[in-house]
Amino acid sequence: MNGAPASTLITPLATYRNETPYPFCPGCGHSLILDHLNRALTRLQLDPRGVVLVSDIGCSGLSDQYFSTSAFHGLHGRSLTYATGIKLARPDLKVVVIMGDGGTGIGGAHLLNAARRNIGLTVLVFNNLNFGMTGGQHSTTTPAGAHTSTTRAGNLERPLDVCATVAVNGAGYVYRGTSWDKDLAERIAEAIESETFALFDIWELCTAYYVPFNDSSRKELLETMSHLELPTGLLARRQAPELAAAYRAQTPEGRSTVEPQILEPRCAAGLDRPFRFVVAGSAGGKVRTAVRLIAQAGVLSGLWAAQRDDYPITVKTGHSLSELILAPEEIGDTGITRPDALLLLTADGAKKCGRHLAAMDETDRVFAVPELADAKTRARVTVVDPAGAKLGKTQTALAATTAAVARLGLLPREALEEAARLDGRRAEENLAAIAAGYRLAAG
Amino acid sequence: MRELIDGSTAIVRGALAAGCDFFAGYPITPASTILMSLMVELPRVGGVAVQGEDEIASIGMCIGAAMSGSRALTATSGPGLSLYSESIGLAVMGEVPLVIVDVQRLGPATGGATTIGQGDVQFVRWGTSGGFPIIALAPSSVAECYELTIEAFRLAERFRCPVFLLTDKELNLTLNTVEAGKAGPGTPPPRPGPEAPRGPEIRSVVPYRYEPADGVPPLVPYGGDATVRFTGSSHDERAFITKDPATVGALNRHLVAKIEEHRNEIERVALDLQPGARTLFVSYGTTAGAQREAVRRAREAGRAVSSAVVQSLWPVPATALGKAFEGIERIVVAELNLGQYRREIELLAQGRPVIGLHRMDGELLTPDQFLETLS
Repeated sequence: MNGAPASTLITPLATYRNETPYPFCPGCGHSLILDHLNRALTRLQLDPRGVVLVSDIGCSGLSDQYFSTSAFHGLHGRSLTYATGIKLARPDLKVVVIMGDGGTGIGGAHLLNAARRNIGLTVLVFNNLNFGMTGGQHSTTTPAGAHTSTTRAGNLERPLDVCATVAVNGAGYVYRGTSWDKDLAERIAEAIESETFALFDIWELCTAYYVPFNDSSRKELLETMSHLELPTGLLARRQAPELAAAYRAQTPEGRSTVEPQILEPRCAAGLDRPFRFVVAGSAGGKVRTAVRLIAQAGVLSGLWAAQRDDYPITVKTGHSLSELILAPEEIGDTGITRPDALLLLTADGAKKCGRHLAAMDETDRVFAVPELADAKTRARVTVVDPAGAKLGKTQTALAATTAAVARLGLLPREALEEAARLDGRRAEENLAAIAAGYRLAAG
Repeated sequence: MRELIDGSTAIVRGALAAGCDFFAGYPITPASTILMSLMVELPRVGGVAVQGEDEIASIGMCIGAAMSGSRALTATSGPGLSLYSESIGLAVMGEVPLVIVDVQRLGPATGGATTIGQGDVQFVRWGTSGGFPIIALAPSSVAECYELTIEAFRLAERFRCPVFLLTDKELNLTLNTVEAGKAGPGTPPPRPGPEAPRGPEIRSVVPYRYEPADGVPPLVPYGGDATVRFTGSSHDERAFITKDPATVGALNRHLVAKIEEHRNEIERVALDLQPGARTLFVSYGTTAGAQREAVRRAREAGRAVSSAVVQSLWPVPATALGKAFEGIERIVVAELNLGQYRREIELLAQGRPVIGLHRMDGELLTPDQFLETLS
């Protein structure tokens, strides 16, 4: 972080403009607003290396080229997204966003969310009530009744109240005025220093299109504002935590999500070929959790395991299928077309297993709860009934899966118990479910 | 000593090992686990992870952060990638180092959110206006998810461009067993030391000037000891907008050349060639799992077959594939679409028959389907 106060390091600057003259039409308000911005920066004596002007598309998007600060010129309406990224990455930088009424409209979602987050940006909306660069089309701020190249008979749409929109959603500093306001530089400087989401809705003339189309003038613009009952001046100022600072101040979650859980083989399973085992139940029934424990037990037995889950986009309804492969060698192909064993826990799950059941033959095994024991398959069906075992809802899938694993003689019991202890918080209930599973298998 | 992890976890570890310190993304199945994980991980290492209001905002934030010196990552799936389109162009034009994970799912529009597909192969290649080259890596295993994520960050910085990591639902969400250490964790490379204190002299860098031998302008982030400019418009080397044909022509050729003329630094393919083999299997991503199994079984049965698993989909590893084609009489290209990459292989095949092995129903290709092409 370059946190040192800039004023101690730089020679006082008389201007933050570079030598290039503005390119705007005679009478265009953009030059006036940029002069206010230059005066604000000069007043603050910020180090130009610590200031980023972020702009997007339209005539106002040319603005950054006339300043000696750092600059980012991006895509239409997205300037707030880049500015947010810059501020989050470097909270010490002063980020000023320049956008037109066009960018405000197309980036409407970004405007709402930047205000809501109170990210520390100073946003200058160059609001000339139309698209000045592309031929004078109407924008979201064009007043009703106004004439533009796309509203020849008069605009039928109500203009967006930019200030009220951001103010009601949490902006820290909201100002509406015109390019002629005497105190605009002072206000912009105040906003930059405030380190809140600050927005200026600055009305101005587009002499290329809006003025000739509407016979507009400074007087007409002020009348329109008054007619629309839009208040001017400083409209909102509030203290609220600024996002980039608040983010840095928050204590991170303690536990990593990606720390390795090393599984050291403790015992050996006598598996000499890949074994494919599918468990079919319902979403919310802890099928994936149960199968994951068996997969871990497999690795603890010196095998390789892969677990592929299938479920609908809904969360607590519909099927939940877990396909487990245990193999003596590394597993490349994780798909299963014909399982060696299949456990049917619920009707939701069974409905998704028609293909599997049809592919299985006499050498394969199906385990099913009593109500699904009539499954159509050539495989040998064994009934597993966890209902009598008085288990919690979260334990049923694991008990039934354990029963099937025990009947198949797939893995040593100690590997399952070792896997059950991997999650300390659930160790006891897992061990109880495994014990119940072995009782079911014996019964 | 092994562990049981999925591809998303390996990608997150790869990002951390590469020094990633900024993530922005929007929830979407099957990429959300990367978002959720990095929301926990990055603050723990002094980085920033944020959930944007949509995909457009998320990639925009990444671009802003990358130009501020962050190593930025985002992750999405097809519908989100559609919204990334304009910003991919911005990252190409503005020369932004950025890694984009596309966890592919099936179909256009919403498609199948929890269903596998490999339909974005040409979309990532041509996914923004203008028609410029991009880099896309495709891991085919959990361990490669880790390795190629690190490689993606390296390439993004080396070439100052967006780099795609093209994965899929199966690779990201299926748990598999890996030898401990093969999928991280690793230690991030050292970051540049603290910047020299600023002097009274204010320097401005020429942000798009580069040494011809290097081919890429060095990135000077915001907030350093010089002012720096960025633009998505046609520009001169100082990032001022221009229409001058000589300048604009040179810029556009540079954006092509910095990838095309350095293909040998990017191209990757895992070859497993068997002397005497007349058939070559070609695939990428999850589909390579079935291919490797099919190759193993074929050889066990005494049948010679060669295998190429493409790891840099873009640029196409033409040099290595060209050599792999020597002595080969027929090429089988397997993918979960109807031949998007097959057309690239056909361009290199020099008249050899190229057979497509395709599936687009949300199921994986099987080793048996590969083996059937041998008979």
